[in-house]
Amino acid sequence: MKYLDEYRDPALAVKLLAELHATATRPWAVMEVCGGQTHTLVRQGIDELLPAGIRMIHGPGCPVCVTPLEVIDKALAIAARPEVIFTSYGDMLRVPGSAGDLLGVRARGGDVRVVYTPLDAVRIARQHPDREVVFFAVGFETTAPANAMAVRYAADAGIGNFSVLVSHVLVPPAITALLDAPDNQVQGFLAAGHVCAVMGWTEYEPIAARYRVPIVVTGFEPLDLLEGILMAVRQLEQGRSEVENQYARAVRRTGNTAAQEVVRRVFRVTERNWRGIGPIPTSGLALAAEFSAYDADTRFATTGVRTEENPDCIAGAILRGTKLPTDCAAYGTRCTPRTPLGAPMVSAEGTCAAFHNSGRRPAPSTVEEIG
Amino acid sequence: MTTIDPTRATCPAPQAETERVLLGHGSGGQLSTELLDDVIIAELGTAGPLEDAALVGIADVDAVFSTDSFVVTPRFFPGGDIGSLAVHGTVNDLAMRGARPVALALAYVLEEGFPLAELRTITASVAAAARACGVPVATGDTKVVGAGAADGVYVTTTGIGVRLRDAFPSAAGGVPGDVVLLSGHVGDHGTAILSAREGLGFEAEIRSDSRPLHDLVAAMIAAGARDVHALRDPTRGGLASALNELAAASEVAVEITDADIPIRPQVAAACELLGLDPLHVANEGCLVAFVAPGSADAVLSAMRGTEAGQAARAIGTVTGGPAGQVTARTTVGARRVVDVLIGEQLPRIC
Amino acid sequence: MCLGIPGRIVAIDDRADPADPVLGTVDFAGLRRSVCLDFTPAAGIGDYVIVHVGFAISQIDEAEAAKTLAVLDAIPDVWETELGPEAAT
Repeated sequence: MKYLDEYRDPALAVKLLAELHATATRPWAVMEVCGGQTHTLVRQGIDELLPAGIRMIHGPGCPVCVTPLEVIDKALAIAARPEVIFTSYGDMLRVPGSAGDLLGVRARGGDVRVVYTPLDAVRIARQHPDREVVFFAVGFETTAPANAMAVRYAADAGIGNFSVLVSHVLVPPAITALLDAPDNQVQGFLAAGHVCAVMGWTEYEPIAARYRVPIVVTGFEPLDLLEGILMAVRQLEQGRSEVENQYARAVRRTGNTAAQEVVRRVFRVTERNWRGIGPIPTSGLALAAEFSAYDADTRFATTGVRTEENPDCIAGAILRGTKLPTDCAAYGTRCTPRTPLGAPMVSAEGTCAAFHNSGRRPAPSTVEEIG
Repeated sequence: MTTIDPTRATCPAPQAETERVLLGHGSGGQLSTELLDDVIIAELGTAGPLEDAALVGIADVDAVFSTDSFVVTPRFFPGGDIGSLAVHGTVNDLAMRGARPVALALAYVLEEGFPLAELRTITASVAAAARACGVPVATGDTKVVGAGAADGVYVTTTGIGVRLRDAFPSAAGGVPGDVVLLSGHVGDHGTAILSAREGLGFEAEIRSDSRPLHDLVAAMIAAGARDVHALRDPTRGGLASALNELAAASEVAVEITDADIPIRPQVAAACELLGLDPLHVANEGCLVAFVAPGSADAVLSAMRGTEAGQAARAIGTVTGGPAGQVTARTTVGARRVVDVLIGEQLPRIC
Repeated sequence: MCLGIPGRIVAIDDRADPADPVLGTVDFAGLRRSVCLDFTPAAGIGDYVIVHVGFAISQIDEAEAAKTLAVLDAIPDVWETELGPEAAT
């Protein structure tokens, strides 16, 4: 496919790896924020080809992994109602709540449907005026414009039987929270290319300046990642801390203003709880007052559930990049993609699942802090 | 400014579904294996490797015996329908044990209210497919259940065949050194079904690869005889599951090369869009084989001389271990483990 | 992540009502789907856009794409001489 295949050329990958080996003179830790990039790194085995000192820390950039448990529990409660058609991206169906997952709700007779686009959820609401259609609006800044547009169309068309359960999160506040953590080990960031396609990179400039970390806006193909890593390492080697754009074919500095506008109109910024990290101020989106009638949370009066922590799971440390999945006592034994204890083992993009699916097996019994 | 308190990191303890059947139990992935091992085989007490079809001695004939049920949504899709699929599926299961199909049994479970015209169309499709395979539909059964108790129509076909001379393929037959041969493009059927399924909205020219493979197998056996060690048609769970099953049953390891696996551009595009792994997507008209190195070239040439095997390729090798492990050489030259699908295949946005 | 795939706009639909979404058809290597083009108003037929959950979120800048590949092409080919030919296979 044009604009994909060119960026998978093995000969160019070999060149980039050689350049990276020649550039890196000492160890560096770089975080790819985005789960999609984690997926490419692991599925292609790229992290095993990197110079020994270059450590990729897999960040919290998987909306599935950071969606708090109480939101999953709300989704399960709403989806189980007989009048509801619950629509979701496929990602969320296997995420465990405190009592099962959406696939389990479907097995027990709940009407749970996977949609490719939120516009399909609106279409289903139009086709079934006698049912309540709820869409699970999760995701980062990339997905927020699509989800916002769906709400706006439903409002414009006067479709009253449509509502959204919102759990949107924003990347820059999470990066800031990671950098503020006392155990932070991240020295440079690959920023998520498609988040920046929507938002641009102006938000990252103050972060790079204040924390003196290089940030490279990076695409998703093997060559994109290798080049992004090379650009970050070059900056680190030269003592620079700038925002650079590797993904120039898709990302401009100011992003996509039309998409930003609809997000600003339909959503408002709010505090969000990140699974494994905790509450981060101004790190999420909720429906703006004008669209509050479309909030499934109030429409179905769902209340959060306090969940017992599983002391075995180190999801928090994994999402912050201070531990590897193989450092976890439960990894590969009590916690597998088939029986996940925590979200990072659920999504194909979750760090633990990515490790497990690529055959990384539990480390020897000594569990060490990495770094 | 927030600082992170690690003690706040929460993690759920989900209750794995152990009481009810999930759709994922029918995916051909890990959940399907669990259902077989924990419930069905546990109660039946059968042993030995799981084969596509069973060898049963009848008098002095080596008969091969297999059955399969079909519940596809939608029932009609580009490249086939539930009727032709039901014939090809069972003919292919027989072929994977090196058999020529002799006769089919056809059973319907019909939902009250199902249109007779559609039943006629499906049955005509069964008849046409069976004729094309040269196998009669010799017996059958029909049951009707109340409205809502079934989804329109379920089709079960059972087939009996005769093992070709010198054909001894078995899931457990792979040995280190074997060449891994693949008969054609992967992912066509699953992608065609997904595209035709309401909701994903593709206007695609992706056709299912649903077709019989017994002629292809006959050509392979003619060229390689006993050197054709193992055959499997990678249906549910895709090529990844088929290779994992063969590697486990043969107690060998398998190494394949990503770049050698043929995938049609539209199929690749659909997988990119939906975030699916083409190696996990179902096929209904291709097979993967473990063939001794001395016969691999001859078998590959024979495959390419048949309609179903035109795009056949060598995609890897069988090695000594670790037993059951399947690895792939990636585009950038690294290695990764090729895992089975866990449960239901879900499109993802991230 | 946010799974985004590049495709080419092959048609832009007429709208019955200005409040309706701007929909068009995007071709991905022969696979076509209806996509919302509201966020890429400057993109026309023949242009490439990145599609995420049924919405075009960015128009591909063909000049920049070519530039990225040119930069990669220009990296000297030192691998084989340093590490032997098998490393490059």
